[in-house]
Amino acid sequence: MDFFVQLLINGVSIGFLYGLSAMGFVMIFKSSSVLNFAHGEILAFGAFLFLALATWAQLPIALAFVVTLAGAFVLGFVIERIFLRPLIGEPLIQVIMLTVGLAAMFKGGMLLLWGGNLYTYPEFLPEGLGIHWGIVQVPPVYVAAVLIGSLFLLMFGLFFKFSSQGIYMRSVADNQPAALSLGVHVRRVFALSWAIAAMVAGISGIVLGIINGINVHELSSIGLKVFPVVILGGLDSIGGAIIGGLIIGLLETFTGGYLSPSLRDIVPYIALVFILLVKPYGLFGLVEIERV
Amino acid sequence: MESKQLVINNISVVYSDVIQVLKGVSLSVEQGQIVSLLGSNGAGKTTTLKAVSGLLKPENGEVTEGSILFDGLPIHNQSPETITRAGIIQVLEGRQPFKYLTIEENLRVGTATRWGKPYRQDLDKVYHYFPALTKRRKTLAGYCSGGEMQMLVIGRALMAHPRLLLLDEPSLGLAPLIVKEIFQIIERINREDGTTIVLVEQNANMALQIATYGYVMENGKIVMEGGAGDLRENPDVKEFYLGMGAAGTAKSYRDVKAYKRRKRWL
Repeated sequence: MDFFVQLLINGVSIGFLYGLSAMGFVMIFKSSSVLNFAHGEILAFGAFLFLALATWAQLPIALAFVVTLAGAFVLGFVIERIFLRPLIGEPLIQVIMLTVGLAAMFKGGMLLLWGGNLYTYPEFLPEGLGIHWGIVQVPPVYVAAVLIGSLFLLMFGLFFKFSSQGIYMRSVADNQPAALSLGVHVRRVFALSWAIAAMVAGISGIVLGIINGINVHELSSIGLKVFPVVILGGLDSIGGAIIGGLIIGLLETFTGGYLSPSLRDIVPYIALVFILLVKPYGLFGLVEIERV
Repeated sequence: MESKQLVINNISVVYSDVIQVLKGVSLSVEQGQIVSLLGSNGAGKTTTLKAVSGLLKPENGEVTEGSILFDGLPIHNQSPETITRAGIIQVLEGRQPFKYLTIEENLRVGTATRWGKPYRQDLDKVYHYFPALTKRRKTLAGYCSGGEMQMLVIGRALMAHPRLLLLDEPSLGLAPLIVKEIFQIIERINREDGTTIVLVEQNANMALQIATYGYVMENGKIVMEGGAGDLRENPDVKEFYLGMGAAGTAKSYRDVKAYKRRKRWL
């Protein structure tokens, strides 16, 4: 029983992080139909930026966190500005290949700076954050993962539902010509979605870094996990990304715990195949509203 | 010249550098007027509107010759962001709501040109023009009826405080009663807000009833223009757009065939 509860908790926390990082991916896809293959590298960049700020620059942790978020936001903005914007109107496959190139570039850059070693953050999460209720033992970092995850989800949820800028972003995803005709600044919306996506990836990078340690290869390969997550949840559903993340996270930890650790990377894909057989658009994918 | 709000000066529009759609179109619209632009499919009416609103660019079209002046300032080949902020809003053909946004969210997108300013009052104004939208404000636009969608997209454009509204076939695929209602509202918008309106229509009868001036386009050119009353009485317009024989009688099939031969003004 202990073991089960422990796995459940791990699964949910990891799942939350997958969901959070998938959310950034979905955001870019929704607004500009671009599949961002550099997502894992941006995530790793967030983790390393935080490492650099917290250990080398010796900034206080809270400040380092905020600066990392700002840095990732700017990075997303700059990527869109320099690399994506000239390709607006070009065939989608070229844009997607560009993100593959970006991924290689970022990975190379980070390997150059930090090498392939495993780093860890200094201990900064207070011990008191952990939960100890009888058999339920939750280490502080998992509590932090769930807290940060839910906080940002709530914030983005409110942003997209109620703020004007959020509604403009959704309008571009919905019908771009109509948004243009109303004067929505479509290029700004693209830039903003890249910036927010990079920021969200940065957050997941930091938290994953706390859990697993920081390594370029490890973290950027987690970026690949967003694919089963988003395909499971539906490529264009932010809520679906979270649910998909939770499902993949739970599947992974339970497979690792009960079957075999070497299967943990495979079982989620098998589940994916079966779910897609039943729901080809993913669990929450948009089914076109068609009125005849 | 002073009261001319929009002046299109002999423009040519080319898509993808090769396909010429407009060949020297000139027209002008006075402040506060309703002007209608008639013509058959493919005549270039929509392209003319898009040349004004800047929406040619995303479709790889370009104004290659001539100029478009709005309040005396050139606006051809500007980005839609700039043009909408100058006060020109185009309502696209075929009702293009944001299907997955609610009615009210759709209307809020209309505030994009003046982001951050209060919009409550404008919402009330739109609901006042289109009471049918009020009770559906929380419904996804994709599930609304065609008439409601048309009201929605016009209302959405009003949220931007347009000084010049370009309407592209608002009557498309709607029941005659709804068409009548929508045209009445268009007239009211023009009267109450003083918004200048350029109306592209297939339904020439309706369009000429509310317009003060009209242009007829064919093959990328303006072939006829005049006051709405004169156009209504013009035998050619009567025959080709109002569905009446030259003598006001219904036509036999032989005459319809002859129409192809006769429909040449230039």
